[in-house]
Amino acid sequence: MTAIFTLFLKIFAGVALMALVVVLALLFEGADRIVHAKMQRRVGPPLFQPIYDILKLMGKENIVPRRAARFFFGLAPWLTLVVSLMVFLYIPTGSFPAVLGTEGDMILVIYLLAMGGLTLALGGFASGNPIANIGAGREITLMMSYEFPLAIVISTLAWVAYRSGMPGSPFSLETFAAMSIWKVVGKIGTFGLFCLFLSLVFVVPGETGKGPMDIPEAKTEILDGLIIEYSGVNLALLKVSFALRPFAIAAFVTVLFVPVSFSSLLGVGGFIIAIFDFLFFWIKVFAIQMVFVTWMRTAFGRLKIWQASQFYIVKVAGLSIAGMLLLSIDVLVR
Amino acid sequence: MSTTYTIPVGPVHVGLKEPVTAWLELDGERIMGAKVRPGAIHRGIEFMARERSPIQVIYLSERICGICSFSHALCFIRAVEDLANLSVPARGQYIRTLVLELERLHSHLLWSGVACYTIGFDSAFHLGMQLRERVMDILELLTGNRVNYGVATFGGVRWDVTPELAKATREMIRYYRREFTPFREIVMEDPVAHARMRNVGVLSRDDAVRYSATGPTARASGLRVDLRKNSPYEAYADIPVEPVVPQDYFGKTHGDVLDRFAVRVLEVYQSLDIMEKVLDGLPEGSFVAEPNLNKVLASLKKAEGTGWGIIEAPRGDNTHIVRLKGGDDNVFWWKVRAPTYANAVSWPLMFCGNELADAPLIINSIDPCISCMERMLVTNGNGDSGIVTSGIITKEELVGRCRQKTFDIQARGLGGTER
Repeated sequence: MTAIFTLFLKIFAGVALMALVVVLALLFEGADRIVHAKMQRRVGPPLFQPIYDILKLMGKENIVPRRAARFFFGLAPWLTLVVSLMVFLYIPTGSFPAVLGTEGDMILVIYLLAMGGLTLALGGFASGNPIANIGAGREITLMMSYEFPLAIVISTLAWVAYRSGMPGSPFSLETFAAMSIWKVVGKIGTFGLFCLFLSLVFVVPGETGKGPMDIPEAKTEILDGLIIEYSGVNLALLKVSFALRPFAIAAFVTVLFVPVSFSSLLGVGGFIIAIFDFLFFWIKVFAIQMVFVTWMRTAFGRLKIWQASQFYIVKVAGLSIAGMLLLSIDVLVR
Repeated sequence: MSTTYTIPVGPVHVGLKEPVTAWLELDGERIMGAKVRPGAIHRGIEFMARERSPIQVIYLSERICGICSFSHALCFIRAVEDLANLSVPARGQYIRTLVLELERLHSHLLWSGVACYTIGFDSAFHLGMQLRERVMDILELLTGNRVNYGVATFGGVRWDVTPELAKATREMIRYYRREFTPFREIVMEDPVAHARMRNVGVLSRDDAVRYSATGPTARASGLRVDLRKNSPYEAYADIPVEPVVPQDYFGKTHGDVLDRFAVRVLEVYQSLDIMEKVLDGLPEGSFVAEPNLNKVLASLKKAEGTGWGIIEAPRGDNTHIVRLKGGDDNVFWWKVRAPTYANAVSWPLMFCGNELADAPLIINSIDPCISCMERMLVTNGNGDSGIVTSGIITKEELVGRCRQKTFDIQARGLGGTER
């Protein structure tokens, strides 16, 4: 009986969370567009513009090109949306545990984030448009470039959690949410962690296809590349996914590196504090998104695909390896 | 296994201001060959001129291009003045020079913004557009219009530069000296912009000569060509102008997009200097030789012969050739050669070896004005029209074709078919 009740509770919590993150992601995108416009000395659209866009697109015709692989072309937007939403089921929000926290860990989250890019590329390849094919090729190249530093960051963090004896499973996000990793390392380690943090936030634009890394969609080069053939409901789903992806990775960064919360600061628990933590968590996510998505895309032009690839494989991976070495020294010395 | 495939950039493309198609042969992302096909917006504007009087054609010629509208109008006017021996008072010449430089300023600012937009640097684009507003305001103050100014007329200009206007222009010059430098620094010292523009779309000095590049495109390849210095007109005879070439500033010429950017950016400062000198030396007296247009028209009706006007427009040298027939109200024959035509033939050369991501930037790097350019199509026999790239038209070939065309016209009788 209890098992069935727990199952229903989880389903209810999951659906509620998904509805919340969709609305929040769209609102954050609205805020992102306003801040982006203000930084460019423009007025910008209203806060609810992304929601209006989605509602408008929902009522439009869904056009499928004659040369497209119909099944995969139609499947890709749904898959992208589902995997982008699923990430949130494994991310603890503030003091609340993740809805499916016991069923998956960091590795699954990384797979889900990568899956979003893959399904987008699938849709691009399936559309039968050469420009979308180029976009899909670029998406895959970009993904192959940033997955390497990302993997180093995650494995290093798990290794540090394991060696320093943090309570809980080393690959579980709950472990990092419950206790700040900055507290378990020494001075060299702090520096190493900072390197890892920087590497991870450099991955954010690539993962989300924003800022200097909007190469697969590059409007002025390949006319929105991947999504060139999409319209109507399919496009609406993709737009929601595009709003969700920066949101998801910002939440992931927040859990790993900025787990500060009222309960850990004040040392008290309780439902009221948990609610405050929940709100504070989204504020932290918003701050990370503003700095590493909005600011980055305002301050820089677009790179070329080989430049982005080189940046990730040489510079960001180098930074993450430096972080890994520093953390190894820190753990081994102590 | 290496397979190439062909995709079109254009005719309607987000990165392009106007419709032109570049068929790119790609191997992965690398461009192996290119074929440029204009012809999407041919308007037959010269044919329209044959039903209009010279005064009406001034306003028609302004509509060849929205950005260098004064250059086209002035070029036509100079061609007619050349054939009818009309003189222009010194004040008129100075005011014409002022408007030319204002136009250059606004064209270069617009281009810098668009170039930034093409590489995805939207913030710099918006900044550039915002900077451009000020010069548009001054043009509106001077002429009453923001785009097609309608200020030029035979024997001078239609509006005078009042002391208030001179003061406003000086304020504008100070504004640009103050506000333009941050924009230049943002773009030219930005690592991403640098990475996108350096060694992209290279046109060597020899190729620039061989393919007859003009204007900032030629200067960016290291050629010291500038009609304002090489054959001075209007007030440029009094105001010395030194061509802006990248080797003077960087010590070396790359001939790439960044050099073209630098040349245009540095010409903004040069324009500000020239405007200041024009305002300082503005002579007293009349600004138009004959304000009564009916008298001008009557004298033009009697004129007969061929006139030639050539000036340095913001994008390169602009040539108009006009033929009037005595006793005829209308323009008998009019030929326009806009700078884009000279610069566009080097596109296929600039494309090769670059990447798909660079293609819109390369197209934009010569500051193309397709509406100005599309006056002529070259047909290669089997109905396949366009600038043919499998054999790029070289200077020799172009000269040969022009001669052949002249011979054909002479064989048929002057000016094509008689009306």
